[in-house]
Amino acid sequence: MAIQARSRRALHWIAFVVLLVAAIGTQTVINGAFERFTPIQEVQWVRSPGLMRRLVLGFNSVAADIYWIRAVQYYGSTKIAKAENKDYGFLFPLLDITTTLDPRFNIAYRFGAILLSEDYPNGPGRPDEAIALLEKGIRESPDKWEYYHDAGFVEYWWRRDARAAADWFLRGSKLPAAPNWLQPLAASVLAEGGDQLAARVLWTQMAQAAEQEWMRQTARTRLQQLDAEAVVGQLQPIVNSFYDKANRFPIGWDEMIRAGLVRGVPLDPTGIPYTLDPVSGAVDVAKDSSLYPLRRGL
Amino acid sequence: MSAVLIVARGVFKDSIRDRVPYNLLFFAVILMAASFLLAQLTAGQDVKIIKDLGLAAASLMGVLIAVFIGIGLVAKEVERRSIYSLLSKPITRSQFILGKYLGLVFTLVANLAVMAIAYYGILAYLDWQTPANVKQGWEAAATDPMLLKAFALIGVELMLVTALALFFSTFSSTFLSAALTIAIYVIGHFSDDLRTLESFGASPTVAMIGRGFYYAFPNLAPLNVTAAVVHGQAVTAQHMLLASGSIGLYVAVLLVASTLIFERRDFK
Repeated sequence: MAIQARSRRALHWIAFVVLLVAAIGTQTVINGAFERFTPIQEVQWVRSPGLMRRLVLGFNSVAADIYWIRAVQYYGSTKIAKAENKDYGFLFPLLDITTTLDPRFNIAYRFGAILLSEDYPNGPGRPDEAIALLEKGIRESPDKWEYYHDAGFVEYWWRRDARAAADWFLRGSKLPAAPNWLQPLAASVLAEGGDQLAARVLWTQMAQAAEQEWMRQTARTRLQQLDAEAVVGQLQPIVNSFYDKANRFPIGWDEMIRAGLVRGVPLDPTGIPYTLDPVSGAVDVAKDSSLYPLRRGL
Repeated sequence: MSAVLIVARGVFKDSIRDRVPYNLLFFAVILMAASFLLAQLTAGQDVKIIKDLGLAAASLMGVLIAVFIGIGLVAKEVERRSIYSLLSKPITRSQFILGKYLGLVFTLVANLAVMAIAYYGILAYLDWQTPANVKQGWEAAATDPMLLKAFALIGVELMLVTALALFFSTFSSTFLSAALTIAIYVIGHFSDDLRTLESFGASPTVAMIGRGFYYAFPNLAPLNVTAAVVHGQAVTAQHMLLASGSIGLYVAVLLVASTLIFERRDFK
């Protein structure tokens, strides 16, 4: 009897192991045989922040976290997608729901504004929505000078409106907890409007003082872009001088090196060579560089 | 009073023997630990996500335990016919109801305490492995004692859910008791909207009915201080007392009503 029970138990164990191996094997075959399922189009079933707030039955905070994760994932997956027409249409609604569910979700306002402002194809290129999101943050937390700072930032960097930017900085500087550099920044922006110097001051400040590593990293990238812009600004006249002598643009950097105009292939701050268009002679960062595209004119 | 405690101890022992709370407790602790992984998916909000998810897990699992054990407190005794032998002993029906209620409340408090310890353990680990410059950006310390206020109010909410489950189980089937308890729990979270139905375009009559429901049902929204404690905002002692006091009165009403109904039932 005991032997029977023991052999039955052994049989169960064998069945367990065999079935588990078979299940894992089948899954592996499925993964290899079929393409991963991806929805043709992103769907956002609930677009009303107010309705969502009611549906989550008091679990607002955790639902806001889920929506924030979704917003970041949505932005990231759209940005790296190979599609020709990238659509960031859900980014603002996702951030809107996130901040309605948790009105004090600081990072959702601050980092969300950066994501919304990013130029197409790296982002939706919607500084207007970024400002709207920050204004919502100000309505919820009127004492947060950071939102005024970020709104000024969006105005200055993305909308190139130095006056509006200075106005935001000035309003923020009047708040009790505002840092003492915010008011001089307003003056600096007005004085240096259209100049790279003020932009460099802004990004340096954010790279040093931003509370989140992602924001500091974004600021460091922007500073590298400013460096790259400066180098492009130096390289372009050299390429033009080649045209003046040869009556055509160089085929590539090798020809520029042979002509003794540059010492080596110029690399951007991330270590990727700058591109040189043999038809137009335009110098730019490579499309596979994390600094692409550069913003010009600041 | 000792009769109440004897019944309560019986419920507590039964729930410990029952595996359901263990499973849910284990699930809650796993969920809290899993929040570590979830936090990796986002842009630097790990401490907030771990705090939010931990409190949500504690609340949700607590509600499930309260509902699914609460609805069987009386019904099981009736089904197993053990109610007859119980009531033949020197114990009044009000003592029976109160004992059953307190037994489950003790179980829930014990569960909540374990969850709180696990929660603080996870947060302490996060605090330990986070560099000081990153911690400067946190709105509140990882192991902020204020989080205990959220646990305390979750406990108050569970006391109400237990009272609701017990109340419904005195006169209806287990399935209906669960459905009704969950329905009141849901309504409790809609309470603020019931009071302001006019703003949604409701007619004056519907708005008046809505207001009636608002006052008749407990408002659970003030018990939810998760967002406040996670963001390091103050939750005043006055808020804690008023919110708990209001729910305490509803609990008392439900226990009295449960006793009244249970006393009318014929077990002879």
